[in-house]
Amino acid sequence: MITAERKPMDEIMESIDGCGRILLVGCNECVTVCAAGGRKEVALLASALQMASMKKGRALDVREMTLERQCDPEYVEELAPHIGQVDAVLSMACGCGVQEIARRFKTTRVFPALNTTFMGASEGPGIWAERCQGCGDCLLGLTGGICPIARCAKRLMNGPCGGSGNGKCEISDDVDCAWHLIWERMKELGIEDRYEDVISAKDWRTGRGGGPRRIVREDLK
Amino acid sequence: MQRFEPTIVAFCCHYCAYTAADMAGSMRLAYPPNVKILRVPCSGKVDAIHIMKALEKGADGVLVAGCLEGDCHFKNGNVKALQRVTYLQRFLEEIGIEPERVQMVTMSAGMGSRFAKIAAEFTDTMRELGPSPVKAGDRMEPCAKAS
Repeated sequence: MITAERKPMDEIMESIDGCGRILLVGCNECVTVCAAGGRKEVALLASALQMASMKKGRALDVREMTLERQCDPEYVEELAPHIGQVDAVLSMACGCGVQEIARRFKTTRVFPALNTTFMGASEGPGIWAERCQGCGDCLLGLTGGICPIARCAKRLMNGPCGGSGNGKCEISDDVDCAWHLIWERMKELGIEDRYEDVISAKDWRTGRGGGPRRIVREDLK
Repeated sequence: MQRFEPTIVAFCCHYCAYTAADMAGSMRLAYPPNVKILRVPCSGKVDAIHIMKALEKGADGVLVAGCLEGDCHFKNGNVKALQRVTYLQRFLEEIGIEPERVQMVTMSAGMGSRFAKIAAEFTDTMRELGPSPVKAGDRMEPCAKAS
């Protein structure tokens, strides 16, 4: 999923300063799962914004909506009847959702309430960790299902660096060395011999190196 | 000058604090009428939004009262409640509201005197803190005209 975290309240309040009526829009997908921008978080932020305004003796009308997906035009269209009645939209979706609203409603200001962080997985209640960087050329089949691009601080392709110790990365004891994990996994799978297969230099053009990417499926158009 | 009397909402777990409050009554122990009790099936049932709404709608302070650690009827609802209260205290601090206005307390069903003592102490703390800054909203003016 795409993970995100709420921005500091000061930053959020500064962005909507001067607005009398805002539409606070959550998303039912990834940001709901990572407890950053679902219906519950929308209600909490709406309440906090109301209180922060009341504290200043000012009125702020916060309207709450949570869309099924903020990154799909079909769902973003549901905002159309409400857009004309507000000064700005505060989006609690990932950056894709914010941009989709901005694209559809050209004359309405849209502000992000979240910082979109990474594509990750849940390691337990309240813990999410980065797992994928969307490089566009998946290597997981060669590395035992553990990604050295997303999980190695240096994105090394052929074994660990000298900073690996006791299975941990030198950047922090909380970070596993990806290549240690890969080695352990290969041992479990009985394919240690593949560890020394050289992975050729990666063509980064399939990732961000090639500029903004698009997928076009003619069969679905 | 008239003394400020805070409004306090106490979310009380059915299995401990609510019974303790009842026991305080049976023991003829007086506690401030400022404390308005809301019975919940477990302190873990109290969501952050319940506390926020209580503050938004005029409470000066909120108590979440659950079972003693290890005694939760639903295993760990009280631990989860404490985590939520801690999270919310930081959130309130971010918008300039004193985090002391929300407190988590624990007790057993037999601790009537503890309930009365906590209720009195928390009411005193709220009196010292003064009215919730959110109440400035009673004198609100529109900050901008919606287009």
